[in-house]
Amino acid sequence: MARHKGRGMASINYPIGMNLGGDPSQALIHSNPDGKFTVALSAIDLGQGMKQVTRQVAAETLGVPVEDVYVDTADSDTGPHDMGSFASRGTHRMGNAVIAAAREARGVLLEAAAEELEVNAADLVTDGRGNIHVRGAPSRSITVRATAQAAQFKQGKTIAGRGIFLIPLSAVDAETGEMNPNTAFAHACLVADVEVDDETGEVALLGITSSYELGRALNPKMVEQQLVGGAWMGQSHALYETPEPYYPNPEHGPRDFNEYLMPGPGDIAPYSVTILERPAPDGPFGGKGPGEMCANPVLPAVANAVFNAVGVRVDELPITPEKVLRGLRANGGAKPQARRGN
Amino acid sequence: MAKSPVQFRLNGSDRATFVDPGDNLLVTLRRGLNEFGPKYGCGQGACGVCTVLIDGEPHLSCLTLAVACEGRHVETVSGMADGPNLHPLQNAFMDNFAAQCGFCTPGMLMAARALLERNPNPTREEVIEGIAGNICRCTGYEPIITAILAAAGNRGQRQA
Repeated sequence: MARHKGRGMASINYPIGMNLGGDPSQALIHSNPDGKFTVALSAIDLGQGMKQVTRQVAAETLGVPVEDVYVDTADSDTGPHDMGSFASRGTHRMGNAVIAAAREARGVLLEAAAEELEVNAADLVTDGRGNIHVRGAPSRSITVRATAQAAQFKQGKTIAGRGIFLIPLSAVDAETGEMNPNTAFAHACLVADVEVDDETGEVALLGITSSYELGRALNPKMVEQQLVGGAWMGQSHALYETPEPYYPNPEHGPRDFNEYLMPGPGDIAPYSVTILERPAPDGPFGGKGPGEMCANPVLPAVANAVFNAVGVRVDELPITPEKVLRGLRANGGAKPQARRGN
Repeated sequence: MAKSPVQFRLNGSDRATFVDPGDNLLVTLRRGLNEFGPKYGCGQGACGVCTVLIDGEPHLSCLTLAVACEGRHVETVSGMADGPNLHPLQNAFMDNFAAQCGFCTPGMLMAARALLERNPNPTREEVIEGIAGNICRCTGYEPIITAILAAAGNRGQRQA
Protein backbone atom coordinates (compact mmCIF):
# COMPACT_ATOMS: atom_id res chain seq x y z
CA MET A 1 0.00 0.00 0.00
CA ALA A 2 1.46 3.29 -1.05
CA ARG A 3 0.85 6.81 -2.22
CA HIS A 4 1.70 7.42 -5.85
CA LYS A 5 2.50 10.80 -7.35
CA GLY A 6 1.29 11.65 -10.81
CA ARG A 7 1.25 14.56 -13.23
CA GLY A 8 -1.35 15.38 -15.87
CA MET A 9 -1.71 18.08 -18.46
CA ALA A 10 -4.55 19.65 -20.42
CA SER A 11 -4.70 22.28 -23.13
CA ILE A 12 -7.76 24.25 -24.11
CA ASN A 13 -8.99 26.39 -26.99
CA TYR A 14 -11.90 28.25 -25.51
CA PRO A 15 -14.53 30.06 -27.64
CA ILE A 16 -15.69 33.42 -26.29
CA GLY A 17 -19.46 33.88 -26.57
CA MET A 18 -21.92 31.78 -28.53
CA ASN A 19 -24.07 31.99 -31.61
CA LEU A 20 -27.60 30.67 -31.60
CA GLY A 21 -29.64 33.32 -33.39
CA GLY A 22 -26.83 35.86 -33.45
CA ASP A 23 -25.13 37.27 -30.38
CA PRO A 24 -25.84 40.97 -29.72
CA SER A 25 -25.12 43.28 -26.78
CA GLN A 26 -26.22 46.89 -26.49
CA ALA A 27 -24.96 49.77 -24.38
CA LEU A 28 -26.26 53.30 -23.81
CA ILE A 29 -24.18 56.12 -22.35
CA HIS A 30 -25.23 59.59 -21.30
CA SER A 31 -23.63 62.41 -19.35
CA ASN A 32 -25.20 64.06 -16.37
CA PRO A 33 -25.02 67.85 -15.91
CA ASP A 34 -22.07 67.38 -13.52
CA GLY A 35 -19.96 65.92 -16.33
CA LYS A 36 -20.10 62.35 -15.08
CA PHE A 37 -21.23 59.55 -17.33
CA THR A 38 -23.69 56.73 -16.80
CA VAL A 39 -23.37 53.52 -18.82
CA ALA A 40 -26.56 51.46 -19.01
CA LEU A 41 -26.18 47.74 -19.64
CA SER A 42 -28.60 44.88 -19.16
CA ALA A 43 -25.97 42.20 -18.65
CA ILE A 44 -25.17 41.88 -14.98
CA ASP A 45 -22.01 41.53 -12.96
CA LEU A 46 -22.05 38.22 -11.08
CA GLY A 47 -18.88 39.17 -9.23
CA GLN A 48 -16.51 38.49 -12.12
CA GLY A 49 -15.76 42.20 -12.59
CA MET A 50 -17.77 43.13 -15.68
CA LYS A 51 -18.87 46.44 -14.18
CA GLN A 52 -15.28 47.42 -13.46
CA VAL A 53 -14.01 46.35 -16.88
CA THR A 54 -16.80 48.11 -18.83
CA ARG A 55 -16.21 51.18 -16.66
CA GLN A 56 -12.53 51.20 -17.65
CA VAL A 57 -13.44 50.69 -21.32
CA ALA A 58 -15.97 53.55 -21.22
CA ALA A 59 -13.57 55.95 -19.46
CA GLU A 60 -10.71 55.14 -21.83
CA THR A 61 -12.88 55.67 -24.92
CA LEU A 62 -14.59 58.80 -23.62
CA GLY A 63 -11.25 60.25 -22.47
CA VAL A 64 -12.44 60.97 -18.92
CA PRO A 65 -11.26 59.74 -15.49
CA VAL A 66 -12.51 56.29 -14.53
CA GLU A 67 -13.97 57.78 -11.33
CA ASP A 68 -16.37 59.82 -13.47
CA VAL A 69 -18.04 56.79 -15.04
CA TYR A 70 -20.82 54.83 -13.38
CA VAL A 71 -22.04 51.53 -14.83
CA ASP A 72 -25.67 50.72 -14.17
CA THR A 73 -26.79 47.14 -14.79
CA ALA A 74 -29.91 47.40 -12.70
CA ASP A 75 -32.85 46.51 -14.88
CA SER A 76 -33.25 44.46 -18.04
CA ASP A 77 -36.83 45.79 -18.42
CA THR A 78 -35.71 49.38 -18.88
CA GLY A 79 -32.11 48.93 -20.05
CA PRO A 80 -30.84 48.26 -23.58
CA HIS A 81 -31.11 44.66 -24.79
CA ASP A 82 -28.42 42.11 -24.01
CA MET A 83 -28.16 38.34 -24.39
CA GLY A 84 -26.77 38.11 -20.85
CA SER A 85 -23.76 37.29 -18.71
CA PHE A 86 -22.77 33.79 -19.77
CA ALA A 87 -20.59 31.92 -22.27
CA SER A 88 -17.60 34.02 -21.14
CA ARG A 89 -18.90 36.80 -23.38
CA GLY A 90 -18.93 39.75 -20.96
CA THR A 91 -15.64 41.48 -21.64
CA HIS A 92 -15.70 40.87 -25.40
CA ARG A 93 -19.33 41.56 -26.30
CA MET A 94 -20.29 44.23 -23.74
CA GLY A 95 -16.85 45.82 -23.96
CA ASN A 96 -17.22 46.30 -27.71
CA ALA A 97 -20.78 47.66 -27.32
CA VAL A 98 -19.54 50.13 -24.69
CA ILE A 99 -16.75 51.30 -27.02
CA ALA A 100 -19.30 52.01 -29.77
CA ALA A 101 -21.56 53.94 -27.39
CA ALA A 102 -18.65 55.86 -25.86
CA ARG A 103 -17.32 56.87 -29.29
CA GLU A 104 -20.66 58.40 -30.21
CA ALA A 105 -20.95 60.17 -26.84
CA ARG A 106 -17.38 61.46 -27.15
CA GLY A 107 -18.24 62.93 -30.56
CA VAL A 108 -21.12 64.93 -29.07
CA LEU A 109 -18.98 65.93 -26.06
CA LEU A 110 -16.26 67.35 -28.32
CA GLU A 111 -18.83 69.18 -30.48
CA ALA A 112 -20.35 70.79 -27.41
CA ALA A 113 -16.87 71.80 -26.20
CA ALA A 114 -16.00 73.14 -29.65
CA GLU A 115 -19.05 75.39 -29.57
CA GLU A 116 -17.97 76.81 -26.21
CA LEU A 117 -14.33 77.28 -27.25
CA GLU A 118 -15.31 78.51 -30.75
CA VAL A 119 -12.97 76.04 -32.44
CA ASN A 120 -13.31 73.03 -34.72
CA ALA A 121 -14.23 69.82 -32.85
CA ALA A 122 -11.65 67.91 -34.92
CA ASP A 123 -8.90 69.96 -33.24
CA LEU A 124 -9.90 68.96 -29.70
CA VAL A 125 -8.32 66.32 -27.48
CA THR A 126 -9.04 65.05 -23.97
CA ASP A 127 -6.40 64.72 -21.26
CA GLY A 128 -8.10 61.88 -19.36
CA ARG A 129 -8.23 64.06 -16.24
CA GLY A 130 -11.49 65.82 -16.96
CA ASN A 131 -10.30 68.49 -19.42
CA ILE A 132 -10.75 69.09 -23.13
CA HIS A 133 -8.28 71.32 -24.94
CA VAL A 134 -7.12 72.36 -28.40
CA ARG A 135 -4.42 70.00 -29.69
CA GLY A 136 -1.05 71.63 -29.00
CA ALA A 137 -2.61 74.49 -27.03
CA PRO A 138 -3.48 73.22 -23.51
CA SER A 139 -4.42 76.72 -22.36
CA ARG A 140 -7.37 76.77 -24.76
CA SER A 141 -9.34 74.37 -22.60
CA ILE A 142 -12.67 73.64 -20.97
CA THR A 143 -13.56 71.04 -18.36
CA VAL A 144 -15.83 68.12 -19.18
CA ARG A 145 -18.05 69.33 -16.36
CA ALA A 146 -18.43 72.84 -17.85
CA THR A 147 -19.05 71.28 -21.25
CA ALA A 148 -21.80 69.04 -19.86
CA GLN A 149 -23.42 72.02 -18.15
CA ALA A 150 -23.26 74.11 -21.34
CA ALA A 151 -24.76 71.26 -23.35
CA GLN A 152 -27.58 70.83 -20.87
CA PHE A 153 -28.44 74.42 -20.00
CA LYS A 154 -27.26 76.55 -22.96
CA GLN A 155 -27.00 74.44 -26.09
CA GLY A 156 -29.91 72.07 -25.47
CA LYS A 157 -27.88 68.99 -26.42
CA THR A 158 -27.77 65.52 -24.93
CA ILE A 159 -24.24 64.17 -24.61
CA ALA A 160 -25.11 60.55 -25.25
CA GLY A 161 -24.15 57.55 -27.31
CA ARG A 162 -25.67 54.29 -28.49
CA GLY A 163 -23.64 51.15 -29.04
CA ILE A 164 -24.27 47.65 -30.22
CA PHE A 165 -21.93 44.77 -30.89
CA LEU A 166 -23.44 41.97 -32.94
CA ILE A 167 -21.98 38.67 -33.99
CA PRO A 168 -24.51 37.81 -36.71
CA LEU A 169 -26.15 34.41 -37.00
CA SER A 170 -23.79 31.90 -38.51
CA ALA A 171 -25.98 29.58 -40.51
CA VAL A 172 -24.99 25.95 -41.09
CA ASP A 173 -23.88 25.25 -44.67
CA ALA A 174 -26.33 22.67 -46.05
CA GLU A 175 -23.65 20.94 -48.14
CA THR A 176 -20.76 20.75 -45.69
CA GLY A 177 -22.37 21.24 -42.29
CA GLU A 178 -19.81 23.95 -41.70
CA MET A 179 -20.47 26.94 -39.47
CA ASN A 180 -18.40 29.43 -37.57
CA PRO A 181 -20.10 30.44 -34.35
CA ASN A 182 -17.03 31.98 -32.75
CA THR A 183 -14.95 35.05 -33.32
CA ALA A 184 -12.40 34.89 -30.53
CA PHE A 185 -10.63 31.97 -28.93
CA ALA A 186 -8.72 32.10 -25.67
CA HIS A 187 -6.13 29.46 -24.84
CA ALA A 188 -4.60 27.81 -21.82
CA CYS A 189 -2.34 24.97 -20.77
CA LEU A 190 -2.56 23.55 -17.27
CA VAL A 191 -0.55 20.96 -15.34
CA ALA A 192 -1.92 19.21 -12.25
CA ASP A 193 0.17 17.29 -9.70
CA VAL A 194 -1.63 14.73 -7.58
CA GLU A 195 -0.97 12.02 -5.05
CA VAL A 196 -3.19 8.93 -5.13
CA ASP A 197 -3.52 6.64 -2.13
CA ASP A 198 -3.94 3.10 -3.51
CA GLU A 199 -5.40 1.86 -0.21
CA THR A 200 -8.17 4.45 0.21
CA GLY A 201 -8.51 5.65 -3.39
CA GLU A 202 -8.21 9.25 -2.24
CA VAL A 203 -6.73 11.80 -4.62
CA ALA A 204 -4.90 14.78 -3.13
CA LEU A 205 -4.24 17.72 -5.42
CA LEU A 206 -0.69 18.88 -4.67
CA GLY A 207 -0.43 21.81 -7.02
CA ILE A 208 -1.56 23.45 -10.25
CA THR A 209 0.62 25.28 -12.75
CA SER A 210 -1.00 27.06 -15.66
CA SER A 211 -0.57 29.64 -18.36
CA TYR A 212 -3.48 31.50 -19.90
CA GLU A 213 -3.67 33.52 -23.12
CA LEU A 214 -6.82 35.63 -23.01
CA GLY A 215 -6.07 38.70 -25.05
CA ARG A 216 -5.10 41.80 -23.13
CA ALA A 217 -5.80 41.50 -19.40
CA LEU A 218 -7.92 44.65 -19.06
CA ASN A 219 -7.75 44.43 -15.27
CA PRO A 220 -4.86 42.11 -14.38
CA LYS A 221 -5.79 41.69 -10.69
CA MET A 222 -9.34 40.72 -11.59
CA VAL A 223 -8.11 38.28 -14.22
CA GLU A 224 -5.89 36.65 -11.63
CA GLN A 225 -8.77 36.60 -9.14
CA GLN A 226 -11.01 34.83 -11.65
CA LEU A 227 -8.34 32.30 -12.56
CA VAL A 228 -7.59 31.43 -8.92
CA GLY A 229 -11.26 31.10 -8.02
CA GLY A 230 -12.04 29.17 -11.19
CA ALA A 231 -9.25 26.67 -10.52
CA TRP A 232 -10.90 25.90 -7.18
CA MET A 233 -14.17 25.24 -8.97
CA GLY A 234 -12.35 22.99 -11.44
CA GLN A 235 -10.83 21.07 -8.53
CA SER A 236 -14.28 20.75 -7.01
CA HIS A 237 -15.82 19.39 -10.23
CA ALA A 238 -12.89 17.03 -10.77
CA LEU A 239 -12.78 15.48 -7.30
CA TYR A 240 -15.80 16.43 -5.17
CA GLU A 241 -19.13 17.73 -6.32
CA THR A 242 -21.95 16.20 -8.32
CA PRO A 243 -25.74 16.46 -8.16
CA GLU A 244 -26.20 12.92 -9.51
CA PRO A 245 -23.42 10.59 -8.31
CA TYR A 246 -25.00 7.50 -9.91
CA TYR A 247 -26.45 9.12 -13.01
CA PRO A 248 -28.98 8.31 -14.45
CA ASN A 249 -30.13 6.72 -11.19
CA PRO A 250 -31.41 9.68 -9.15
CA GLU A 251 -31.03 7.89 -5.82
CA HIS A 252 -28.20 8.83 -3.47
CA GLY A 253 -28.23 12.40 -4.79
CA PRO A 254 -27.08 15.01 -2.28
CA ARG A 255 -29.74 16.98 -0.44
CA ASP A 256 -27.65 19.57 1.36
CA PHE A 257 -24.11 20.84 1.90
CA ASN A 258 -23.33 17.91 4.19
CA GLU A 259 -23.73 15.59 1.21
CA TYR A 260 -22.86 17.92 -1.69
CA LEU A 261 -19.12 17.96 -1.19
CA MET A 262 -16.80 20.80 -2.10
CA PRO A 263 -13.17 21.40 -1.18
CA GLY A 264 -12.85 23.65 1.84
CA PRO A 265 -10.12 26.20 2.56
CA GLY A 266 -7.89 23.40 3.87
CA ASP A 267 -8.13 21.40 0.63
CA ILE A 268 -6.89 24.02 -1.83
CA ALA A 269 -3.66 23.42 -3.70
CA PRO A 270 -0.89 25.93 -4.43
CA TYR A 271 -1.65 27.53 -7.78
CA SER A 272 0.83 29.20 -10.08
CA VAL A 273 -0.59 31.12 -13.01
CA THR A 274 1.13 32.96 -15.83
CA ILE A 275 -0.90 35.31 -18.01
CA LEU A 276 0.19 35.79 -21.60
CA GLU A 277 -1.19 38.90 -23.24
CA ARG A 278 -1.79 38.75 -26.98
CA PRO A 279 -4.33 41.48 -27.71
CA ALA A 280 -7.20 40.19 -29.87
CA PRO A 281 -7.85 42.23 -33.05
CA ASP A 282 -11.62 42.36 -32.50
CA GLY A 283 -11.58 42.57 -28.70
CA PRO A 284 -12.18 45.75 -26.69
CA PHE A 285 -8.64 47.11 -26.28
CA GLY A 286 -7.56 43.58 -27.18
CA GLY A 287 -9.44 41.79 -24.38
CA LYS A 288 -11.09 38.38 -24.76
CA GLY A 289 -11.75 37.55 -21.12
CA PRO A 290 -11.22 34.52 -18.88
CA GLY A 291 -14.74 33.33 -17.96
CA GLU A 292 -15.51 29.64 -17.80
CA MET A 293 -12.11 28.50 -19.04
CA CYS A 294 -10.72 29.24 -15.57
CA ALA A 295 -12.24 25.96 -14.40
CA ASN A 296 -12.40 23.75 -17.50
CA PRO A 297 -8.80 22.54 -18.00
CA VAL A 298 -8.43 21.51 -14.35
CA LEU A 299 -10.77 18.54 -14.89
CA PRO A 300 -8.91 16.69 -17.68
CA ALA A 301 -5.54 17.58 -16.16
CA VAL A 302 -6.51 15.95 -12.85
CA ALA A 303 -7.95 12.91 -14.66
CA ASN A 304 -4.69 12.56 -16.61
CA ALA A 305 -2.66 12.96 -13.42
CA VAL A 306 -4.61 10.17 -11.72
CA PHE A 307 -3.93 7.91 -14.72
CA ASN A 308 -0.27 8.87 -14.60
CA ALA A 309 -0.09 8.06 -10.88
CA VAL A 310 -1.83 4.67 -10.72
CA GLY A 311 -2.85 3.72 -14.27
CA VAL A 312 -6.57 4.10 -13.61
CA ARG A 313 -8.53 5.93 -16.31
CA VAL A 314 -11.62 7.46 -14.67
CA ASP A 315 -13.96 8.82 -17.35
CA GLU A 316 -16.86 9.92 -15.17
CA LEU A 317 -16.70 12.91 -12.87
CA PRO A 318 -16.09 13.43 -10.06
CA ILE A 319 -13.08 11.18 -9.52
CA THR A 320 -14.16 9.73 -6.18
CA PRO A 321 -12.19 7.24 -4.03
CA GLU A 322 -14.78 4.60 -4.97
CA LYS A 323 -14.09 4.96 -8.70
CA VAL A 324 -10.33 4.93 -8.16
CA LEU A 325 -10.55 1.77 -5.99
CA ARG A 326 -12.78 0.00 -8.55
CA GLY A 327 -10.26 0.88 -11.24
CA LEU A 328 -7.35 -0.35 -9.14
CA ARG A 329 -9.15 -3.65 -8.51
CA ALA A 330 -9.94 -4.09 -12.22
CA ASN A 331 -6.29 -3.45 -13.08
CA GLY A 332 -4.96 -5.75 -10.38
CA GLY A 333 -3.33 -2.91 -8.44
CA ALA A 334 -1.58 0.36 -9.06
CA LYS A 335 0.21 0.65 -12.41
CA PRO A 336 2.20 3.91 -12.27
CA GLN A 337 2.83 5.31 -15.75
CA ALA A 338 6.00 6.79 -17.16
CA ARG A 339 6.58 10.35 -16.16
CA ARG A 340 8.07 13.07 -18.28
CA GLY A 341 9.78 16.09 -16.85
CA ASN A 342 10.82 16.33 -13.23
CA MET B 1 -49.22 31.18 19.45
CA ALA B 2 -48.31 34.01 21.78
CA LYS B 3 -45.40 36.15 20.75
CA SER B 4 -42.59 36.69 23.23
CA PRO B 5 -40.76 39.97 23.64
CA VAL B 6 -37.02 39.83 23.20
CA GLN B 7 -34.50 42.59 23.79
CA PHE B 8 -30.79 42.59 23.00
CA ARG B 9 -28.04 44.92 21.88
CA LEU B 10 -27.51 44.93 18.12
CA ASN B 11 -24.25 46.51 16.99
CA GLY B 12 -24.22 48.74 20.06
CA SER B 13 -27.90 49.81 20.03
CA ASP B 14 -30.67 48.40 22.21
CA ARG B 15 -33.32 46.74 20.08
CA ALA B 16 -36.54 44.99 21.00
CA THR B 17 -39.05 42.98 18.99
CA PHE B 18 -41.63 40.22 19.33
CA VAL B 19 -40.81 36.70 18.21
CA ASP B 20 -42.37 33.27 18.11
CA PRO B 21 -40.66 30.98 20.61
CA GLY B 22 -39.17 28.92 17.76
CA ASP B 23 -37.94 31.85 15.65
CA ASN B 24 -34.25 31.75 14.93
CA LEU B 25 -32.01 34.77 15.26
CA LEU B 26 -31.40 35.05 11.50
CA VAL B 27 -35.11 35.42 10.69
CA THR B 28 -35.55 37.81 13.60
CA LEU B 29 -32.69 40.03 12.40
CA ARG B 30 -33.77 40.06 8.76
CA ARG B 31 -37.56 40.19 9.07
CA GLY B 32 -38.05 41.73 12.49
CA LEU B 33 -35.22 44.24 12.68
CA ASN B 34 -34.40 44.93 8.99
CA GLU B 35 -30.81 43.89 9.59
CA PHE B 36 -29.78 42.29 6.30
CA GLY B 37 -26.04 41.85 7.01
CA PRO B 38 -26.28 38.13 7.80
CA LYS B 39 -27.46 36.19 4.74
CA TYR B 40 -29.79 33.22 4.49
CA GLY B 41 -27.86 30.41 2.78
CA CYS B 42 -28.63 26.79 3.66
CA GLY B 43 -30.65 27.41 6.84
CA GLN B 44 -29.11 24.37 8.51
CA GLY B 45 -25.73 25.51 9.75
CA ALA B 46 -23.59 24.20 6.90
CA CYS B 47 -22.59 27.28 4.90
CA GLY B 48 -21.66 30.01 7.42
CA VAL B 49 -23.15 33.03 5.60
CA CYS B 50 -25.37 33.84 8.60
CA THR B 51 -22.46 33.99 11.08
CA VAL B 52 -22.84 36.69 13.75
CA LEU B 53 -21.03 37.39 17.00
CA ILE B 54 -22.96 36.92 20.25
CA ASP B 55 -21.02 38.43 23.15
CA GLY B 56 -17.94 38.19 20.95
CA GLU B 57 -18.29 34.51 20.04
CA PRO B 58 -19.17 33.44 16.49
CA HIS B 59 -22.57 31.77 16.15
CA LEU B 60 -24.64 30.54 13.23
CA SER B 61 -27.71 32.75 13.55
CA CYS B 62 -29.88 30.25 11.64
CA LEU B 63 -29.33 27.69 14.42
CA THR B 64 -29.69 30.15 17.32
CA LEU B 65 -33.07 30.77 18.94
CA ALA B 66 -33.88 34.47 19.09
CA VAL B 67 -35.17 34.19 22.67
CA ALA B 68 -31.76 32.84 23.72
CA CYS B 69 -30.24 36.23 22.81
CA GLU B 70 -32.16 38.10 25.51
CA GLY B 71 -29.86 40.66 27.12
CA ARG B 72 -26.84 39.71 25.01
CA HIS B 73 -24.84 41.67 22.43
CA VAL B 74 -25.32 40.61 18.81
CA GLU B 75 -22.86 41.95 16.25
CA THR B 76 -23.21 41.71 12.47
CA VAL B 77 -21.13 42.89 9.54
CA SER B 78 -23.17 46.11 9.52
CA GLY B 79 -21.51 47.15 12.77
CA MET B 80 -17.92 46.48 11.70
CA ALA B 81 -17.08 49.85 10.20
CA ASP B 82 -16.53 52.86 12.48
CA GLY B 83 -18.48 55.52 10.60
CA PRO B 84 -16.66 56.06 7.30
CA ASN B 85 -13.62 54.10 8.54
CA LEU B 86 -13.70 50.48 7.51
CA HIS B 87 -12.53 47.78 9.88
CA PRO B 88 -8.96 46.58 9.09
CA LEU B 89 -10.43 43.26 7.95
CA GLN B 90 -12.75 45.02 5.51
CA ASN B 91 -9.84 47.00 4.10
CA ALA B 92 -7.77 43.83 3.81
CA PHE B 93 -10.61 42.04 1.99
CA MET B 94 -10.75 44.91 -0.50
CA ASP B 95 -7.00 45.17 -0.96
CA ASN B 96 -6.62 41.42 -1.53
CA PHE B 97 -9.64 40.88 -3.82
CA ALA B 98 -11.20 38.55 -1.24
CA ALA B 99 -14.74 38.92 -2.61
CA GLN B 100 -16.32 38.31 -5.98
CA CYS B 101 -20.11 37.86 -5.76
CA GLY B 102 -19.94 38.91 -2.10
CA PHE B 103 -22.59 36.56 -0.71
CA CYS B 104 -20.20 34.76 1.68
CA THR B 105 -18.42 37.98 2.69
CA PRO B 106 -20.58 39.00 5.71
CA GLY B 107 -20.11 35.56 7.27
CA MET B 108 -16.41 35.38 6.35
CA LEU B 109 -15.78 38.78 7.94
CA MET B 110 -17.51 37.79 11.17
CA ALA B 111 -15.68 34.46 11.35
CA ALA B 112 -12.38 36.24 10.67
CA ARG B 113 -13.11 38.92 13.25
CA ALA B 114 -13.88 36.31 15.92
CA LEU B 115 -10.63 34.54 15.03
CA LEU B 116 -8.47 37.66 15.28
CA GLU B 117 -10.09 38.73 18.54
CA ARG B 118 -9.17 35.47 20.24
CA ASN B 119 -5.91 34.98 18.31
CA PRO B 120 -4.41 38.24 17.00
CA ASN B 121 -1.53 36.54 15.18
CA PRO B 122 -2.86 33.35 13.63
CA THR B 123 -0.85 31.01 11.46
CA ARG B 124 -2.10 30.13 7.98
CA GLU B 125 -3.41 26.82 9.37
CA GLU B 126 -5.27 28.63 12.13
CA VAL B 127 -6.87 30.97 9.58
CA ILE B 128 -7.98 27.97 7.53
CA GLU B 129 -9.49 26.41 10.64
CA GLY B 130 -11.14 29.71 11.55
CA ILE B 131 -13.06 29.91 8.25
CA ALA B 132 -13.57 26.17 7.76
CA GLY B 133 -17.30 26.53 8.45
CA ASN B 134 -17.81 29.13 5.73
CA ILE B 135 -18.36 28.16 2.10
CA CYS B 136 -17.13 30.43 -0.72
CA ARG B 137 -17.99 29.61 -4.34
CA CYS B 138 -16.00 32.28 -6.17
CA THR B 139 -12.58 33.06 -4.73
CA GLY B 140 -11.02 29.65 -4.15
CA TYR B 141 -10.38 30.80 -0.52
CA GLU B 142 -6.76 31.78 -1.17
CA PRO B 143 -7.45 35.56 -1.40
CA ILE B 144 -9.56 35.34 1.78
CA ILE B 145 -6.79 33.56 3.69
CA THR B 146 -4.29 36.13 2.41
CA ALA B 147 -6.57 39.01 3.45
CA ILE B 148 -7.04 37.71 7.00
CA LEU B 149 -3.30 37.19 7.43
CA ALA B 150 -2.70 40.71 6.08
CA ALA B 151 -5.24 42.21 8.49
CA ALA B 152 -3.58 40.38 11.39
CA GLY B 153 -0.20 41.77 10.31
CA ASN B 154 -1.58 45.32 10.12
CA ARG B 155 -3.47 45.37 13.37
CA GLY B 156 -0.52 46.44 15.49
CA GLN B 157 0.30 49.31 13.14
CA ARG B 158 -3.27 50.58 12.90
CA GLN B 159 -3.80 50.54 16.62
CA ALA B 160 -0.52 52.30 17.34
